[in-house]
Amino acid sequence: MNIEAIKNLLYKMADDQLILGHRNSEWIGQGPLLEEDIAFASMAQDKVGQSYTLYQMLNELGEDEPDKVAFLRMAEQFHNSQFVELPIGEYDFSLIRHFLFDTADYYRFDMLINSSIEPISLLARKLKGECRYHSMHADGWIKKLGNGTDESINRLQSALSYAIPYALGIFEESKMEDTLIEENIFGGEILLRERWIEHIDKVISQTQLVLPDLALESPHFGGRYGIHTEHLQPLLNEMSEVIATDPTADW
Amino acid sequence: MYGGGNTFEKIKAKDPNEEDPILLAEFEARIERGEKIEPTDWMPDLYRAQLIRMIEQHAHSEIIGALPEGTWITRAPGFKRKLALMAKVQDEVGHAQLLYSAAETLGKPREAMIDDLISGKSKYSNIFNYPAFTWADSAFISWLVDAGAIVNQVANSRGSYGPYSRALERICIEESFHLKFGHHCVIHLATGTPAQRKMMQEAINRWWHPMMHFFGPPDKMSVHTDTLMKWKVKILTNDETRQQWLDMYVPKVWELGLTIPDNKLRKNEETGKWEYTEPDWEEFKRVINGDGPCNKERLAVRKTAEERGRWVRKAILAKDAHYVTPLA
Ligand SMILES: [Fe+2]
Ligand SMILES: [Fe+2]
Repeated sequence: MNIEAIKNLLYKMADDQLILGHRNSEWIGQGPLLEEDIAFASMAQDKVGQSYTLYQMLNELGEDEPDKVAFLRMAEQFHNSQFVELPIGEYDFSLIRHFLFDTADYYRFDMLINSSIEPISLLARKLKGECRYHSMHADGWIKKLGNGTDESINRLQSALSYAIPYALGIFEESKMEDTLIEENIFGGEILLRERWIEHIDKVISQTQLVLPDLALESPHFGGRYGIHTEHLQPLLNEMSEVIATDPTADW
Repeated sequence: MYGGGNTFEKIKAKDPNEEDPILLAEFEARIERGEKIEPTDWMPDLYRAQLIRMIEQHAHSEIIGALPEGTWITRAPGFKRKLALMAKVQDEVGHAQLLYSAAETLGKPREAMIDDLISGKSKYSNIFNYPAFTWADSAFISWLVDAGAIVNQVANSRGSYGPYSRALERICIEESFHLKFGHHCVIHLATGTPAQRKMMQEAINRWWHPMMHFFGPPDKMSVHTDTLMKWKVKILTNDETRQQWLDMYVPKVWELGLTIPDNKLRKNEETGKWEYTEPDWEEFKRVINGDGPCNKERLAVRKTAEERGRWVRKAILAKDAHYVTPLA
């Protein structure tokens, strides 16, 4: 069992969930309708909760405790994809990101059910259920707004075209990729990407939207290696604003 | 959460004396017997108008109330606080949704209520016009403002209008978790480091006066509420709710070694009533009418959210012109 490879996998998943959960929580009180405020808030809780569970697993593998790891690292120590750290923007972008990310997330957990590492497999089984609802929520809205008015279709199309290179960054392979696959810890990013494409293509084809030709896109890589956009550090500064005033205090 | 509301303002409605006396007598007899009034039942115009105003103000207070605390979600110290605060603020938005639906049963659409909120025509709880500067302010709101809301809501859940009363019963269950969460946060700050303690004391100093305003003007200043009480629209007077809250929470604040910025505050053991410095009701009026520290900011956020979200609402109402397959 390669502990380093497992940690690597858990870190990128935990960081993705934490940062996107944090971003989605920014929609509370700002959504286009109350029902969506509530939906984004609820998914944000699931995501932050999932990251907490993953950091707890990392803690058991010898990493620092979740509050320290999540709240007190610098941007270059984070392994999330750049996609999740982008600001929430307008609802069109947030919805497209929710769709593209949560589809990947769902299939990632689905694949991890077959992990050779039992705690990961058990966890995946548990979290896949939550992720399924997120993915269904996204699909429903993409179909609705992707077939809505000219404005909603145009907005979603531009958001989709903008988001795709970042979304492809989710599947950046880490340096332990071969080990993860060889040891059956995780089926690998390439396989995940295939399943992801199949799903988003199916949903998009039921709308007036056009999926850009993925072969022509150059993915925004780097996140998995600690290279981030200018948006991550300010997010982290905000997240640690209170706790960093006294990390040893009991809050 | 919700405060006593704006009872300074008169309401436009038909005088109950002009209602059909037989229907009115039946209506009052039902309420007297403790029956609930349902949306399709006959009701006096004034009853309907008062309830719309009250439920609408309550709903607005929930969404506007989500804003000062909402800004602390991204800054909450640690996983447990972050998750709990997210859940709490989400609940508040859920309360707004529930309450708008209850008000809609009386004939005013949600869109019209939100328009009136944004235009300033319709009010919300005054307390949310004050800023939450620190994490301790957010803790104060979760504990003591929600505690005030519970006092109001438990009373109003015994009211005569079925949909409102049922919504409140559900809301109260959630509010009691908010209060526990808030109390837990305050205890940690009050028993923490000197800096944490100072932060908590400062929050109490800042929020005390708005909190005294929260329950609304004293009974002697309020527009005549006898009819409302007879119809069980209002169950307790503003002074009664304020007394209840003081009685339940002042000892708990003192217990934590925190002080309250009112040297007249004490319980009169003879009357069993709390005595306090009368808060500045002119300030209350000023703030409720738009001139508080955060009125503009709060409404601007709501207005921007409405504007930015308009295309979404339009699209879901579109007649599915391009619709292909049914939703999964
Ligand atoms: Fe509430
Ligand atoms: Fe509450």
